[in-house]
Amino acid sequence: MTPRPEGRPGTSPNRRLRRHGITPIGDVRASIHVCEAAGCLALNSEKVVEALVEKLDEDGVYDVAVKRVGCLGLCARGPLARIPETGQYLERVTADDLQPALEAVALVDPANPVEVTPPPFYARQTKVALENSGLIDPEDIDDYLSRGGYGALEKALHELTPSQVIAEVVTSGLRGRGGGGFPTGLKWTTVAKSSGPEGKYVICNADEGDPGAFMDRTVLESDPHRVLEGMAIAAYAVGANEGYIYCRAEYPLAVKRLRSAIRLAERQGMLGKNILDTRFSFEVDVRLGAGAFVCGEETALLYSIQGGRGMPRPRPPYPAVRGLHGKPTLINNVETYAAIAPVLRNGGQWYAGLGTERSKGTKVFALAGRVKNTGIVEVPMGTTLREVVFDIGGGIIDDHPFKAVQTGGPSGGCIPAEFLDMPLDYESLAEKGSIMGSGGMIVMDDTACMVDVAKFFMDFCVEESCGKCVPCRVGTTHMHELLTKMTEGLATRDDLTALENLAGMVKATSLCGLGQTAPNPVFSTLRYFRAEYLAHIDDGLCPAGVCPIATSARI
Amino acid sequence: MSDVYTLRIDDRDVAGAAGETILEVARENGISVPTLCHLEGLKPIGACRMCLVEVRQTGRLMPACTTRIEEGQDIVANSERLHAYRRQVLELIFTERNHVCSVCVANNHCELQDQAERHGITHFELPYLNPRLEVDATHERFAIDHNRCILCGRCARVCGEVEGAHVWDIEGRGITARMVTELGKPWGEATTCTSCGKCVQVCPTGALFEKGRASSEDRHRRPFMPYLRAQARREAD
Repeated sequence: MTPRPEGRPGTSPNRRLRRHGITPIGDVRASIHVCEAAGCLALNSEKVVEALVEKLDEDGVYDVAVKRVGCLGLCARGPLARIPETGQYLERVTADDLQPALEAVALVDPANPVEVTPPPFYARQTKVALENSGLIDPEDIDDYLSRGGYGALEKALHELTPSQVIAEVVTSGLRGRGGGGFPTGLKWTTVAKSSGPEGKYVICNADEGDPGAFMDRTVLESDPHRVLEGMAIAAYAVGANEGYIYCRAEYPLAVKRLRSAIRLAERQGMLGKNILDTRFSFEVDVRLGAGAFVCGEETALLYSIQGGRGMPRPRPPYPAVRGLHGKPTLINNVETYAAIAPVLRNGGQWYAGLGTERSKGTKVFALAGRVKNTGIVEVPMGTTLREVVFDIGGGIIDDHPFKAVQTGGPSGGCIPAEFLDMPLDYESLAEKGSIMGSGGMIVMDDTACMVDVAKFFMDFCVEESCGKCVPCRVGTTHMHELLTKMTEGLATRDDLTALENLAGMVKATSLCGLGQTAPNPVFSTLRYFRAEYLAHIDDGLCPAGVCPIATSARI
Repeated sequence: MSDVYTLRIDDRDVAGAAGETILEVARENGISVPTLCHLEGLKPIGACRMCLVEVRQTGRLMPACTTRIEEGQDIVANSERLHAYRRQVLELIFTERNHVCSVCVANNHCELQDQAERHGITHFELPYLNPRLEVDATHERFAIDHNRCILCGRCARVCGEVEGAHVWDIEGRGITARMVTELGKPWGEATTCTSCGKCVQVCPTGALFEKGRASSEDRHRRPFMPYLRAQARREAD
């Protein structure tokens, strides 16, 4: 143990301590957790911590701990803070107005504990992947260890064989959280049984690129060790000794916290050589993506890590058989790895008890768009859309009527109001013409034009197509042109037929997932909002009043 | 595991050695599968999607050039649906850039033109995108006309895999992707180029051509790739 510094760290010249919170001298009566994930940081939550420390110091309050933590969830009302003793959440805490926070903390009396009922946004969630998010300092490994961190890795290494670890993951029914929903246990089994050339790799796909999605960023910024622990367990299970986290460069804070977490974990013997005094070694490194959406596609991601141009190749062979440098490679998403530690700690059966028959566990969603409570939510699979949008999300801004929710980003689709009571799981979403995707959820009200929405996502796909295969490179461009024509009121019924025809062809013939799913926003909007397309085409009208309809088309 | 697989292509029983691709086995058996980006002797990349075949078991479309055969596969190489997709691929390629056969050096010996003819293409429904593209004629002997390039990547592959120079690569992405020499330098200034001309010989269209030659003289010669002779012979049969 390092000796406690003399006097208050707040007054000491140690700026790092000062900026990121303090521990009081003697007993802690109360604490204030301040969110320092990207959303709140953008609203200067760093300054809040600093101001709080200074203020408490000035007032001579020595029994209150101030701590920076990861994401508290309700990004729309940041900067957020929480008093863990009472469970009270404080919203819009600014460095200029600390009074509410100070008052709340002054009320805490350990002799007379009071529980504040949290608002439904927090109360209705079930946190598994985000269980530590908002509770621990993401850059402090001791904080993670004190919450049972790396306990699952220890259990795996000391008590279980690799095949027992895989069996536990299979039992859990966990499916890939990156979008495809491929059974994680099956993927691990395949990699474990692949007998390629010497060596295997474990890769974490943190190239989250869907518009409106920020789940992976939140996990990495709030609890990076959990992802590392999941990767280490995976490496032990499949027999790999090297791993990479492929993170997009647009997430500098996540990268910084990951790097610091790797360093700290290595120092503690949780990563690197002879982990926890066993013969198992696992080295992890971070690789940065240069801003291409297609690099989230696993084969393109592999080329990118190898230093090549991020272009997908046809599968098979799958990365599980021939991956990085031609060796068997396990690629999972951030959220998938984040679920591994709880699965091992509590057993696969426990995880399988959450969620629905075929979609087990919980899912993190990024609520965005015209919803009051923009932020990160984690709910069990099978929770209805209505619960997420209205009970947790608080409904639509200005109480406009709900129109649709877009899930799955550019590969997904729009779900209209009539399906608000559908359960959120892989099968139900696919049945309605959308996908689970990585978990982005964009809520739209009557101010959204669905043709314009389809055009927005098509624009994204045109921009992000790598250009390798013809259907995606040229097909998306033509679809975008056709949609543009519609939003300008210049399209005919023939254009609609051409659009549908082309969408089917691009879906069937593209090389990778980007092209194969690029027409999905068009398909789903056509399925549920065909009348809106026809209004643009036949009447030259945009019902939502969004599109710049050319008047000449109406003559 | 046996080294020879039996499978069905277009309802015909065929056999192939393990490791062979669907395309190889189909062509050995005289079943036609059109290709554009593929060139025997170069690494297949499955980019043009002309050779897509349907695997009945999974219902999925797979590029014949990169997919290896498996025991008991039931493959459809020619069907109305596949032909329609192939015609659409051609339509997309033709509308992407500025292909004007009548003034092209490759007229009458262009693989794109051949495919269009074979698929009975007479007109397109999609509008031409008509992009403004450059012609790089800075090289002493050769030139590239981006208007006629279909981004098959053969030039990049032959340059890297056979000549070992890797002068060619792709810049940009999506519809703005272009073939470039030496990270975007004009071809004439590319110091790694050995002026071997292999890229010109493998180009399926008139995008890469030799200066000062009439259209009728500019037939592609590929004797530097011996295995291609066999292919040429097969195609002539």
